[in-house]
Amino acid sequence: MADIDARPGRVRPAPENFLTAEQIAAVKDGRRDFLRKAFLAAAAAMAAPTAVRAASEGDPAILNLPPWSTSLGLPVAANPYGMPSRYERGLRRRESPGLTRVGGSSVAFTPLQGLFGIITPSGLHFERHHQGWHDVDPSKHRLMINGLVRTNAVFTMDDLMRLPSVSRIHFIECGANTGMEWGNVAVPTVQYSHGMLSCSEFTGVPLKEILDMCGADYEKGRYVLAEGADGSSMTRTIPMELIESGEVFVAYGMNGEMLRPENGYPLRLVVPGVQGVSWVKWLRRIEVGDKPWATKDEAVHYIDLMPDGLHRQYTSVQECKSVITTPSGGQLLLDKGFYNISGMAWSGRGRITRVDVSTDGGINWREARLETPVLSKAVTRFNIGWVWDGKPAILQSRAEDETGHVQPSYGQLRKVRGTRSIYHNNAIQSWKVVESGEVSNVQVL
Amino acid sequence: MSRFCKTLIVLGILAAAAPAAAFDRYPGIGRAATEAEVSAWDIDVRPDFTGLPKGSGDVDRGMELWEAHCASCHGSFGESNEVFTPIAGGTTLQDIETGRVAALIDGSFPQRTTLMKVPTVSTLFDYIQRAMPWTAPKSLAPDDVYAILAYLLNLGEIVPADYVLSDENIHEVQARMPNRNGMTTEHGMWPGAPASSGGIGNGGKPDVVNVVCMKDCKEKVEIASALPDYAQDAHGNLAEQNRPVGQTRGKPTGAPEPAEGSDARAAASALALAKEKGCMACHGVEKGIVGPGYNEIAQKYRGQADAAAKLAAKVKAGGQGVWGAVPMPPQGHVADGDIERLVEWILQGAKAQ
Repeated sequence: MADIDARPGRVRPAPENFLTAEQIAAVKDGRRDFLRKAFLAAAAAMAAPTAVRAASEGDPAILNLPPWSTSLGLPVAANPYGMPSRYERGLRRRESPGLTRVGGSSVAFTPLQGLFGIITPSGLHFERHHQGWHDVDPSKHRLMINGLVRTNAVFTMDDLMRLPSVSRIHFIECGANTGMEWGNVAVPTVQYSHGMLSCSEFTGVPLKEILDMCGADYEKGRYVLAEGADGSSMTRTIPMELIESGEVFVAYGMNGEMLRPENGYPLRLVVPGVQGVSWVKWLRRIEVGDKPWATKDEAVHYIDLMPDGLHRQYTSVQECKSVITTPSGGQLLLDKGFYNISGMAWSGRGRITRVDVSTDGGINWREARLETPVLSKAVTRFNIGWVWDGKPAILQSRAEDETGHVQPSYGQLRKVRGTRSIYHNNAIQSWKVVESGEVSNVQVL
Repeated sequence: MSRFCKTLIVLGILAAAAPAAAFDRYPGIGRAATEAEVSAWDIDVRPDFTGLPKGSGDVDRGMELWEAHCASCHGSFGESNEVFTPIAGGTTLQDIETGRVAALIDGSFPQRTTLMKVPTVSTLFDYIQRAMPWTAPKSLAPDDVYAILAYLLNLGEIVPADYVLSDENIHEVQARMPNRNGMTTEHGMWPGAPASSGGIGNGGKPDVVNVVCMKDCKEKVEIASALPDYAQDAHGNLAEQNRPVGQTRGKPTGAPEPAEGSDARAAASALALAKEKGCMACHGVEKGIVGPGYNEIAQKYRGQADAAAKLAAKVKAGGQGVWGAVPMPPQGHVADGDIERLVEWILQGAKAQ
């Protein structure tokens, strides 16, 4: 290592990531200047092997030419399938400790705190499996259509990929997203509070085309059952109305490539606006029927417990919701001054029409800028400038969709649904900022 | 017209005349399914028992099957909360009368068990048949499913101990399901036709109406809940879960993550493998869950030269009796190399860090 270290201007990870115990204490005490000190110390260390230039001369990152400016870089195809920079390694899917006890029936959350725009990188798409995942051999995968159809039919992947295709951008959110927060704050960051949300461009064939080919009985058959090829053979009931509208499609593509195995390779159902559990992965069968099925995930799980002890069954739509991702829980603001408050908004009922942002816990609001594209049943990115004066603040966002539905507060939602529902929590999220710059998860009624 | 074109036309006519006439819009794509194919996959059972296979099974047989296939995760009496939420418990004879589980109303039972929630017995049959046992789904014959379901229903006192459950009498059981009247579809979150037109729900009417207020919307801000101190570090070091550049940094909390290539990383990956293969469902590191703890196993086999081979064989073939009556099922889904790696890790103390 020594010979490498001796090279001038050796690349070191950003010093802020390697805080000492004293520096951590400094954060907790509300002192913020440690970051600047840490930076200066690291800059000095970086330049140590050569002559240390006086700080007054300028930024060592400019004055000492880095190796990427003074040496030969790597050849093409050094990584035949490209990966993110090593400096991005912190942004990965993570489990929430203690949430589940079996990895095959668990959740890995998307690091929303690090995402830009509206598309979730495929490798960071959240995972939820019911009995583990497999890398299914696409040449052995089949889609069967049966039930109230003139001809029970079988399609290979070759068949499906020959049919006319559509590509559409949609969000997918687990019905249990933010479910840990129904009663009280339980998790520190937006990854764990909202990270069962992803948004991708999916490519595939409208299910209506396929059902038409099979001669579906649309008069009697008002429901379809979607079934997966995994061990759990996950099943969910979908209303025929969503299929007739042309919205529901069987997808093999995601963000320009095939679906990832964790997301249902080689075929999954896309049910825009509806909770993720209905987007059945490794889709092997569609049955047309005249009644809903009350499957395990419609009769034991994904049912919302109401205050009167009744469970709501067949709750499927993901209602209007938004969250600020920067700054968000578990982060530190570096200093006073300008920040670009940025977040995501989405609705299972259509397009987002506006997002308002408050920095005082919901007393006053300002309308945020919606970035294009603004698509139906897709994530919309919003941004708004904010000059932090170093005083305590509470950041909130509130979305409205094209049906006129405005995202509710925790107080409003709990009045109707209580705190035991688990599913479909679309309440306004609050992030508290204190003088030290530390941002944390709080709930405001 | 060339011969080639004529040939294409003839082929087109042939395709249209073939049995798959429904597919004429996209010639050459898709084919009719055979009856055997449909029955191999069409295994779903609806609440009206459409799709229910013929068969029967009694509570005693169900108990034997339960011990062999189910107890390792769910506990002997479906009570275990170690791996999955409990299946049985929380229901009363009164609930069986009313069809409403009282504990869901007053919150008097600590968990929500399967029997407290499930309104339809068909759901249980369907799910056991398609997805159980955990590591060998779809391996149970219909009679086995009836027997296991009979045992499970007996745990909730829904059927007596001498009951023989069958396709003939399962509708009687439906009339005794403790939460059969516990569901409502009165909500706006079904995206299809509403109940008023023969569908489900109220047609999309939201529960809550918020308004766009922009100024002086309330007098004061009350924080109802904040992250408890004990939860600050529960998700690891947040500094390492954020980008090292940009508007913000992650707050340093918890323990740092082990570096690539370190011993700790290797141990962490063995632990990850144990989790991935479902081992941690039944075994803890220090103490047992339904099977023995890894350190207990290492202790027992310490100093035995053939310990690794012996344990690998046990993992592969399953076993019973060394640590009690609950059997360990054969772990056929774990590759030999992975078993060796896991056994080595266990014998070296199953260190996570």
